[in-house]
Amino acid sequence: MRFLPLTESDRAAMLAAVGVPSVESLFAEVPVNAPPLALPDHQGELEVSRALTAMAARNLNAATAPCFLGCGVYRRHTPAAVDAMIQRGEFLTAYTPYQPEISQGTLQYLFEFQTQVALITGMEVANASMYDGATACAEAVAMACRITGRKRVMLSGNLHPHYRAVTATTARYFGGELDKLPPDPIGIEDLIGRIHGDTACVVVQNPGFFGHLKDYSALATACHEVGALLVVAVTDPVSLGLVVPPGDMGADIVVGEGQGLAGPMSFGGPGLGLFATRERFVRQIPGRLVGETVDVDGRRGWVLTLATREQHIRREKATSNICTNSGLMALTFTIHLALLGETGFARLAQINHVAAVTLARRLAQVRGVRVVPSTYFNEFAVTLPKSAKVVADGLAARGILGGVPASRFYPQFPELEDVLLVAATETNTAVDMDMLVHALEDML
Amino acid sequence: MSELWFTKDHEWVRVDNGEGTVGVSDYAQKQLGDMVFIDLPAIGVTFAQGDTAAVAESVKAASEVYAPVSGVVEAINADLNNTPSMVNEDPYGQGWFFRMHLTSPSDLTSLMDETAYEAYINELG
Amino acid sequence: MDTTTLQDEPLLFEKDRPGLSGVDLPEPSPLLEDRLGGLRRRGPVGLPGLSEPDVIRHYTRLSQKNYGIDTGFYPLGSCTMKHNPRLGEAMARLPGFAEIHPFQPVGSVQGALELMNTLAEWLKTLTGLPAVALSPAAGAHGEWCGIMTIRAALEKQGDPRRRVLVPDSAHGTNPATAARCGYAVESVPGNDQGRVSLASLKARLGGDVAALMLTNPNTCGLFEDEILEIAAAVHAVGAYFYLDGANFNALVGRVRVADLGVDAMHINLHKTFATPHGGGGPGAGPTVLSQALAPFAPLPFVVSGAKGFTLVESTHRSPDESVPSGRLKGFHGQFGVFVRALAYMMSMGGDGLRQASGDAVLNANYLLASLKDDLSAPFAGPCMHEVLFDDSFLKGTGVTTLDMAKAMIDEGYHPMTVYFPLVVHGAMLIEPTETESKDTLDRFIATMKTLAARAKAGDSESFRLAPRHAPRRRLDETRAARTPVLRWKSPVAT
Repeated sequence: MRFLPLTESDRAAMLAAVGVPSVESLFAEVPVNAPPLALPDHQGELEVSRALTAMAARNLNAATAPCFLGCGVYRRHTPAAVDAMIQRGEFLTAYTPYQPEISQGTLQYLFEFQTQVALITGMEVANASMYDGATACAEAVAMACRITGRKRVMLSGNLHPHYRAVTATTARYFGGELDKLPPDPIGIEDLIGRIHGDTACVVVQNPGFFGHLKDYSALATACHEVGALLVVAVTDPVSLGLVVPPGDMGADIVVGEGQGLAGPMSFGGPGLGLFATRERFVRQIPGRLVGETVDVDGRRGWVLTLATREQHIRREKATSNICTNSGLMALTFTIHLALLGETGFARLAQINHVAAVTLARRLAQVRGVRVVPSTYFNEFAVTLPKSAKVVADGLAARGILGGVPASRFYPQFPELEDVLLVAATETNTAVDMDMLVHALEDML
Repeated sequence: MSELWFTKDHEWVRVDNGEGTVGVSDYAQKQLGDMVFIDLPAIGVTFAQGDTAAVAESVKAASEVYAPVSGVVEAINADLNNTPSMVNEDPYGQGWFFRMHLTSPSDLTSLMDETAYEAYINELG
Repeated sequence: MDTTTLQDEPLLFEKDRPGLSGVDLPEPSPLLEDRLGGLRRRGPVGLPGLSEPDVIRHYTRLSQKNYGIDTGFYPLGSCTMKHNPRLGEAMARLPGFAEIHPFQPVGSVQGALELMNTLAEWLKTLTGLPAVALSPAAGAHGEWCGIMTIRAALEKQGDPRRRVLVPDSAHGTNPATAARCGYAVESVPGNDQGRVSLASLKARLGGDVAALMLTNPNTCGLFEDEILEIAAAVHAVGAYFYLDGANFNALVGRVRVADLGVDAMHINLHKTFATPHGGGGPGAGPTVLSQALAPFAPLPFVVSGAKGFTLVESTHRSPDESVPSGRLKGFHGQFGVFVRALAYMMSMGGDGLRQASGDAVLNANYLLASLKDDLSAPFAGPCMHEVLFDDSFLKGTGVTTLDMAKAMIDEGYHPMTVYFPLVVHGAMLIEPTETESKDTLDRFIATMKTLAARAKAGDSESFRLAPRHAPRRRLDETRAARTPVLRWKSPVAT
C-alpha cells in the first residue's frame, strides 16, 4: 500500500516498544468491532484511474460541448500559471496558518486576496473567504441582524434561489423573519416601498438572477434612512471589471461567489465565498481575517487576527460556527486576478459583455425567442415558445449545453416554464453561437 | 475615596451618590493579558445584576463582563475604544468601563469588600 | 534600510507596473450596443499590473515561506495531516469532472452522479449508517447539518427540545453549532480518566435534551470506553447521539459507528480521506444519518433508479425549504473534493483503510511510549490516533507550551496543536497519522527529548527567542488586533 511507510519489521519493533502484542490490542477498549466490510481491496493508480476516467467519460463536458450555462457558475479560461502555482505542495498541503512564523506564504496571499476583494467590490475590508456565495449570503444576513438588533429580512426575487434557500435555512434558527419576494424575471419589483422601520437588511443581487443590472443607490439610501443595511450579492466576480461595484452604490455588505475567477466549474463545488463590508463592522465579520503586524525584529508580517469572534474562543457565543475558509480557492482567485491586473480584468469583463450582447442579438432573431432584460452583463433570461426544460434537454442531446431552465429552481411557478437562462463568457466562440442558434432554429 | 466592591467574576464597582462606576480587577486584567478591544454597552440600557454588560477581548480570549449590580447605564468610557490598554495599566482608574445608576442598591450586600476579595484571589492561587 | 532579501517578498500591489498584464486577451470586438444601462464602472479598480514571470516568482517565493505536509512532519493534533496523494489532483482535473456545470440536464452528468453515489456507498459501508447528506462543505458545516436534521426530526414529533449536551473537551465548533441551531449548550465535565463522566452525563440528561455531541476518540486522544452506555442513556430520554467525526481516522475500517449507537456523524473528507487541506480549505463534511433522521436530510441528494441517477433538488411543496432541514450551500456539494476522496478510498481499499487506522494508532502509541518519561502525559495509554501531553514537565523551567512549539519550528517541524483541549494545562496534542515512517518518528522523538532536557536544564532564554530559523520570528498579535490593518492601501491615497 503505497501511502503507508511502516514495514512489518517496523510494526513489530514499535509494538515491542509500546509493550503490546498486536495492533488489535490497542483497540481493546472498543466494544464492537466491525465485521469484514463489503469493500474492494486496495488498487494501483492505473486501476483507480481507469475506473474514474470511465465515470468522467459519462458526463457531457464543456471542454468539448459549447456551454452557455451560468446561474452562479461560469466556464472561464484559467491561465496555466494558476494551476501550476496552486499545486505547489507548500500551498496545497498546508493547513490553516495557526503558526504564523512558518505560514507567511498563506497569510500574505490571503492579505492580498482581502485587498483585491475590497477593491473590486468597492468596499473597505474583506475576509479571507467563506465556503461559497450562498453561505456568504446567509452569513451576511445573520451579521446584519446582529448589527441592527432586528430580525426582518427582505430577499429580492432577483437573488439566486440557492442563496435564498441557504439564507432561509440559516435564518430559521436565529429567528430571522424573511420577506421573500417572488422571482422577478421582468425586473419590476418594488423593494423600497416594502422597507419598514424594523427591517434589518435588504438583499439584492447585481447583476440579478435573470440578468438585470440595476443602480441600487436609491435603495441603499432608503435602507439607511431607517437604519437597515443593504446586502448585495455578486455571482460572477468578472462583472465587477465593467460594472459599477456595489460599494459605490452604498452597499453595507457585499457577498459573492468567486468561482468565476477560481478555476473550473467542477459541478459547482468547491466554490469560493467572497465577503466584504465597511470598516466599522470589522468586529462583526464572520470567518477568518488576516492582519498586518511586525515580528520581534520589527519586520512586516501577517497573522490571523480578531480571533475572538471565532468559535474556538467564543464557543457558543461565536459570530459563526465555521472554521475553515476556502484557502486554495482563494489562492486560485488571487493568482488569476494578479495575472489579469487592472487592464486584463477590465478587458476580460468587456469581452464577456460583448459575447453576451452578440449572443442576445442572435437569439432574438430566432423565431419565438425573446430576450427578457434590457440591461445585463454576461447572462440573461430568454422566453421560448415551449418548455425551457424540454429545449435544454434537447440541446444537451445534441451535445450543446444551451441554458438553464428557470423551472429547475422554481418548479411551482408555471409562468417560468418557458424561461431559459443563458450566459456567455470569453470561452464561447462564434462557432459555439452558430451551433446554439442553428439547433434552436431547428427545434423551435 | 469611596469604597470598592468586588464580584467573584472579578468586576469591581465603586459607588458614589447612587452612581456605580464599573471595571475589572487587577487580577482579571493580568489573567486576560493585553487588552485589544472592549465592547461597551449602550447608554440607557438596563441591566439586572449578573447580566452580561460588556466583553473584554485580549488576543486569545474574550471575557464577558457582568453587571455587578442592577442599574441603568449612564456613561461609558469611550477612551477605551482607542486605548484598551488602559485596562491593563490602570484597572481601577482610567481603565473603568461604564457608569450606572443603581436601581437596587441592596445588590451591594452580595459583593465582597477589598479585604474579602483579596482573600478570595489568594485562595484562587 | 534595504529589507529586500530572500526573507521579504513585497506585496503584489508594491510590484505594480501600470499597463502590464500576465494574460494576453484579444482586443474586444466593438460593442454593437451597450446593455449596461449607464452602470459602466467609473475610474480604475486599483489592481496592480504584473507580467507572468513576475507573478510566478511572487507565488513561488511565497510558497517558500510556508510549511506543508510535503515539507515535513506536521503532527497537528485533531487535524489529521496525512499525505495527500496526487492521483486525486489528476482525477479532479479530468475534463469530465472539472468542466461540468451543476445545472446541466441530469441526463448529461450521469458519471458525476455515479461518483457521488459511489462515495456515498463507501461512507455508508464504513459507518454502518443507511444514509448520507453529501452537501456540507466542511466539518463545522457537517455538524450543522447533523444538528439541524436532528432538530427537524424532533420538530416533526412536536417538540424541538431545548438543550444540547457537549463535553468540556469538545472542539469549539460543537457548542457554536448547537447555539446556531437555537439550542442552549450545556457542558458535561470529564472524569479523571480523560473521558466523559457517565454519572455527570446522566445527571444532565432529561426530556428537554435534543442531542449529545460527542467526539470519539475524544480530543484527549482516548476512546470513550463507556460509549454503549452513553448511547443507551441518550436514547433512553429520546435524544439523539451525534458523533463529531473529526477523529474518524482512528476507527475507519475497524469500527462502524452505527454499532456504537450513533445516529449522525460528519466525516471530514480532508482529514480521514486525505484530500488536501489547501491552507485552510476547501474541505468537505458529508454527514451520515440513521434511518430515523434520513427523511430530514438537506437538499440535494442523488437517487439511484432503474433509468440511472436522478438528483433531487427541490419539492413542489415549499420552494425555499423543500425538506425540513433545508439547503446548506449552493449547488451540489464539494464535488472536486468528492473526486479526490474517492480516488483515495479506491486506492486504499477496505483492507488499506483498516491498515491505515491501525498504523495511525500504532504511531501515536509509539510516540506516547517513547516520550512519556521526558514529557508528561496526563492520562495513561493506550491512546488512539493522537497523544496528549500537558505542561507539568515544564513546571518551574520558565518554558511554556508555546515556547516548545516555537522551538520545534527551529528543529524543522510543524508544531503540534497547543492549548487544546482546554481540559489539561498547557496541552500539546500530537497526531502523527499513518503516513509517517518509523524513521521520521524516531528523529522526532530524539528532538523532543533534547528539547525537554534543554528546558529542564534551565535554557529558557533560547526558547524565548525561538523561532530563529523561520521566515519570521514571533509576531506581535496584540498590535494586529488592537489596530487592525486588513488590507493594503495605496500610500498616495488618503
